[in-house]
Amino acid sequence: MDLLNLFVKSIFIENMIFAYFLGMCSYLAVSKTVKTAVGLGATVIFVLLITVPLNYLIDTYLLQPGALRWLSEDYANIDLSFLSYIMFIAVIASMVQLVEMVVEKFSPALYGSLGIFLPLIAVNCSILGGSLFMQQKDFTGITEAIVYGGGSGIGWFLAILAIAAIREKIAYSNVPAPLKGLGITFIITGLMAIGFMSFMGIKLEGNEDTKEKTTASTIQIEKNKPDSKTVEVTLNKTKNE
Amino acid sequence: MSEQKKEIKTKEEKKKEEMILFLSKSEEKEAFLSRANRKLLTDPLNDDNPITVQMLGICSALAITVQLRPAIVMSLAVIFVTAMGNVVISLLRNLIPNRIRIIVQLVVVASLVIVVDQVLKAFLYDVSKQLSIFIGLIITNCIIMGRLEAFALGNKPWKSFLDGIGNGAGYGIILIIVAFFRELLGSGKLLGYEILGHKGLTLADSTGLYALGYENNGFFLLSPMALIIVGLVIWYQRSRNRKLIEES
Repeated sequence: MDLLNLFVKSIFIENMIFAYFLGMCSYLAVSKTVKTAVGLGATVIFVLLITVPLNYLIDTYLLQPGALRWLSEDYANIDLSFLSYIMFIAVIASMVQLVEMVVEKFSPALYGSLGIFLPLIAVNCSILGGSLFMQQKDFTGITEAIVYGGGSGIGWFLAILAIAAIREKIAYSNVPAPLKGLGITFIITGLMAIGFMSFMGIKLEGNEDTKEKTTASTIQIEKNKPDSKTVEVTLNKTKNE
Repeated sequence: MSEQKKEIKTKEEKKKEEMILFLSKSEEKEAFLSRANRKLLTDPLNDDNPITVQMLGICSALAITVQLRPAIVMSLAVIFVTAMGNVVISLLRNLIPNRIRIIVQLVVVASLVIVVDQVLKAFLYDVSKQLSIFIGLIITNCIIMGRLEAFALGNKPWKSFLDGIGNGAGYGIILIIVAFFRELLGSGKLLGYEILGHKGLTLADSTGLYALGYENNGFFLLSPMALIIVGLVIWYQRSRNRKLIEES
């Protein structure tokens, strides 16, 4: 797969928040001001950039069916893929702990401003989601994993930045009382997601992989399309008749 | 003399009454479904709903609400994991060092999720394919971590169990509401049965609402509608339950 294609795809078309709803909890909780949103977004990029390639290596050399072949041919039948959740989450949790310690040591100011949100990254679904999608996508090399991790991190960053800016502005507008806060944020996110769906039509040069349709919704669209077309065609036929 | 005796008697009686009251109260405390325990079960369904009020667990919730069946399976899985995870952590709560508690919690949850994943693969393969990575994402579902942190670390196992079931059910309710509307309006079916009538290739072939010219709203199958429906659910809930309204 073309690297640039993968990069753009992971930022816009398969955006972690707008296409898969991953990392919504911290997205909703930390998006009240732009400043904290930027801090959290940058850390998410960083953690994704490290954990996705690391988990890629673990997946290809330890967990996949037949991955242990490099040890000896005797192990070629072993399938450890059921362990992937626990391995991935262990890598992520220890990485987050490491990042926390490094940030605390070298930049106490940033550490203070992020506060509780640093350890919360460990349970940000977009991080684990990045690794699990990586596992589904059968990347051919570690560069693709790095590009994918960085791209989806940037996508998440963009999303939280946008919603934080909108929420800062919306504080002055006249929203119905029961809809204030969480409700209106959900609806705005939905509208933004509709906007982001328009990126689906983008096709860059390079061989398009048509088998990558992982979301339930895209599968549904695929299912629905021929249906509606045939209906239209038959309707036209009846009209002609 | 008689009066004094009476006074003593009444004092004794009072003491007895107090004892009885005390006993009954302590019994009530230990009863399996006392009022406090029932509150643990029912609160998360409305007043303290994990999704609409505590703002937890939205991540993996919305993408699997296109159809009702996976949504129900998902909520059962989450109820199982929250309840069992709460019990395990509550049993271990005095043994876990504070510094590494997050990793311990994640490992416990991850092993429970592996159990769920393998069971689904064995008995409900098609649903487990539909749920794809979202079963794995139960691990990072914030409801589970949130309840472990906020409740199981400080409470006894039975209470934690009830709290886990209550919160899992609160999550499930929202999931099922959203999935109900999305499947009904998006494809005219519920659990795979055609509710709004059968859609034939032409108007004459179709029955039910489709015979009147109704068309499925394909928009409900796309992911943004899940967010908007949850927004509307929150709107409805808060207009009924005014104390939940936020300040800003």
